[in-house]
Amino acid sequence: MSSAPSSGGVLKANRLGLPMAEYKGLDSTLCAGCGHDGITSQIVKAFFEYGVEPYRVAKFSGIGCSSKTPAYFIGNSHGFNAVHGRMPAVATGAMLANRTLLSIGVSGDGDTASIGIGQFVHLLRRNIPLIYIIENNGVYGLTKGQFSATADVGSKLKNGIVNELPPIDCCVLGIELGCSYVARSFAGDPKQLVPLIKGAIAHKGTALLDVISPCVTFNNHEGSTKSFKYAKEHEELLHEIGFVPFFEQIQTDYPEGTVKEVELHDGSHLRMRKLDRDYDPTNKPQALQLIRKSHEDGELLTGLLFYDGEKKDFIEEINMIEEPLATLPDERVRPSEQALNEIMEEFR
Amino acid sequence: MSNATLTARVADAEIGRRPEEIVNDFSIQVATVNGSGSQSANSVLMRSIFLMGVPVSGKNIFPSNIAGLPTWFTIRANKDGYTARRKEVDICIAMNPETAREDVLKARPGAAIIYEESFNLSSLRSDVFFYPVPFAKLAAQATTEPKLRKLLVNMIYVGVASHLLGVGRDEVVAAIQKQFKSKAKAVDLNIKAVDLGIDYARAQLLKKDPFQIQRMNKTADKIIIDGNSAAALGAMFGGCTVVTWYPITPSSSLCETMIEYFSQYRIDPKTGKATFAIVQAEDELAALGMVIGAGWAGARAMTATSGPGLSLMAEFAGLAYFTEIPAVVWDIQRVGPSTGLPTRTSQGDVTAAFYLSHGDTKHIILLPGSVKECFEFAGAALDLAERFQTIVFVLSDLDLGMNNWMSDRFDYPRKPLDRGKVLSKEDLERLGKFERYLDVDGDGIPFRTLPGTPHPLAAYFTRGSGHNERAGYSERPEDYQNLVDRLARKHETAKQFIPKPVIDIQPQASVGIIAYGTTDWAILESRDQLRNEKKIETSYLRLRSLPFTGDVAEFVTRHERVYVVEQNRDGQLADLIRLEVGPHSPRIRKVLHYSGLPIDARTVTEMIAAAETAARKEQ
Repeated sequence: MSSAPSSGGVLKANRLGLPMAEYKGLDSTLCAGCGHDGITSQIVKAFFEYGVEPYRVAKFSGIGCSSKTPAYFIGNSHGFNAVHGRMPAVATGAMLANRTLLSIGVSGDGDTASIGIGQFVHLLRRNIPLIYIIENNGVYGLTKGQFSATADVGSKLKNGIVNELPPIDCCVLGIELGCSYVARSFAGDPKQLVPLIKGAIAHKGTALLDVISPCVTFNNHEGSTKSFKYAKEHEELLHEIGFVPFFEQIQTDYPEGTVKEVELHDGSHLRMRKLDRDYDPTNKPQALQLIRKSHEDGELLTGLLFYDGEKKDFIEEINMIEEPLATLPDERVRPSEQALNEIMEEFR
Repeated sequence: MSNATLTARVADAEIGRRPEEIVNDFSIQVATVNGSGSQSANSVLMRSIFLMGVPVSGKNIFPSNIAGLPTWFTIRANKDGYTARRKEVDICIAMNPETAREDVLKARPGAAIIYEESFNLSSLRSDVFFYPVPFAKLAAQATTEPKLRKLLVNMIYVGVASHLLGVGRDEVVAAIQKQFKSKAKAVDLNIKAVDLGIDYARAQLLKKDPFQIQRMNKTADKIIIDGNSAAALGAMFGGCTVVTWYPITPSSSLCETMIEYFSQYRIDPKTGKATFAIVQAEDELAALGMVIGAGWAGARAMTATSGPGLSLMAEFAGLAYFTEIPAVVWDIQRVGPSTGLPTRTSQGDVTAAFYLSHGDTKHIILLPGSVKECFEFAGAALDLAERFQTIVFVLSDLDLGMNNWMSDRFDYPRKPLDRGKVLSKEDLERLGKFERYLDVDGDGIPFRTLPGTPHPLAAYFTRGSGHNERAGYSERPEDYQNLVDRLARKHETAKQFIPKPVIDIQPQASVGIIAYGTTDWAILESRDQLRNEKKIETSYLRLRSLPFTGDVAEFVTRHERVYVVEQNRDGQLADLIRLEVGPHSPRIRKVLHYSGLPIDARTVTEMIAAAETAARKEQ
């Protein structure tokens, strides 16, 4: 696993007194240099720095390279590697059963935007309390390099096949469909990703993070629009304004409205452009407009694109009690004998 | 009835004399247009007979359509309590101009035909009794509102029929009050319409047909309910906490009824908040996915569907089986394959449900045969799912789920909920060790922990891929075999916990019958017909669950021939039994009914009698 640069002073233990090791999982079995391992590191760091009780966390995934990663972080939490494209339903059910869980789902672009698009859009509509990370490389890694539905027009596979179909922009979907926290980032940018994940931890509805995560084996070549090289040259960062109060610690070390070269974990440099402080992530039309413009400019617009802190999540929407449904005692889930008698009388 | 009396009755009809009375033993078929609002009227007619103390059942034979296509409602009144569908129509209420001719031609000789006068049907036959009624004109007298007029027509035929059959006006009024509850205006209007019918019949119609309702005392403690409502109530009293569903006929009303009752009886009195979650999912895949997520996190979760939904659930069913997560799926079977006949009944999903998923899978299946069992099995299914940490299917069908059945009142469940082998924080503290898929007790059932358990030993990783006893990823051949062999052992253990078959052995009988689900009601009647008319004594095993317990093989070996009666083309259960009994499989004979209409006793009797005649000749 590649080591992430620290965002500020190095903590030995978090506010719960737990060391970072408590937030790690098994060793990754993904290809060396995989973007996904970078994201795993940022998840570990964010949960550690935020100080989340590991037992409160429930991890979910579907099928694919990305979906293997929940085994690689927060080992002392329950995890569920479900079926392909169906993680949203499983996570939804778990949150209904126990609303006190802090849920994080990790998916890929195929798992989300191809086979899983049906469940994904309904997850967004419901605003289920869930951090949903898409490790987006535009390619199927585990079946050795086929296009997914987020592959850009013109991207080329190793065998020379060029994608001519328009990509699905999961962030646009999220904003359109009522997701209350929509961000895009890059696997090789811990400085941006860690605070975004912390913000997602603090958020109560669905927090969608579309993280461009280049596939070193199948998609990291000149013709691919989701290679490290391409992403680094085309990334444009939004500054995370309006979102600061939800973070415990935010490390920003460059001023707004400037352009900065940032060194990434592999030693290369990323050219980031920060938007001015007046970028308002609660402005839906503006967010959509900026994303569209970034498509036209061939750039990756990153940062917190949209945020709605007021929106009720699904659990509130259906007026569920505060305690987990899972562990309610018999007498609270079985109505009285008198109730049955009353009902039987209706059918006389 | 012998042919001689039938001929006599037809002759009576022809010469206008009144034949001998037939009391509390006939069927009524009301033919209307779908969407004409006849359902309330039909319920009132059925309930008023029920209130006369006479056993009844009501079955809706309806099209897959919102309005405009023909629909039939059949009411069977039977003093002996036979409530299966009866093939013969004794009283035909012909209100649909599209089907009226065919309806009249299909009625049995000697039938009573109540019909809209303007249809001019009386020349069609001479062996039935015609009662023309100017329904439209009568309705016009009652109201000037055209929309209301249409609805009142329905209640007018209730008045006419009740008068001709001798159903008391008090009973009809009580049934109307029940139907429209506190809506005083609707109650008044409908009583008025019924009286129009009664008055017209009294003044204008001369009773000539033999069919009569006379007061009995056979329904005093009974209820009338549909199986879906019964299942909804059973789940509510069975402590169900998470319900997901995707609308599909004929299962939708199960979850809709849950919404109704849960909203009333499962609101926490202190906070006014729900002790449940009911979610309409985007499809059946999501519905089962949510149930599995909820079951994993410790909820008692279920969904309800029908054939097409079951097909979609196959992948998730395998996940629940392989990862050992409690889940309950009600399949209200309809006619398949594909869209099939969405509004017709079938028992065609037995094999599909039993083996649902790729790979080696077999599931626990419950087979309720009555509304009372729908109530009881709803709770039992949730218990079994948690006890065995697996997916449990409950196979009802459209006939049971959507039609009206008379039943004893449901008993309040007194057994505590079975939450299965779940380790708490304290347990973990005490044990100092936890391996998710280790067979500690030798019964094939491992222990589990729920997410959110505040103990470092609690966490484990659930995966649909190969795993070892510690829930770690594994592709090792011995780990895989160890796992699937334990799952098979767990399936064996289940045999001690699932509902046992109901067995009636007649010591001298060489013939046995095996059936399940709604087929039971036809068998109940058919066994009497076989005994009384055909001199064939039968034993009977009514199966109530899968996997098979030893009782089935024992029953088969006790009898020379065993007729497995079911409502599908291929004899799905019969084939499963053949596998089960191996060398005795030649004893198994298939008796099949698969027209989409509920099975009737006469069909069963004739098929078994014919097969028996052939078999005895061979000997």
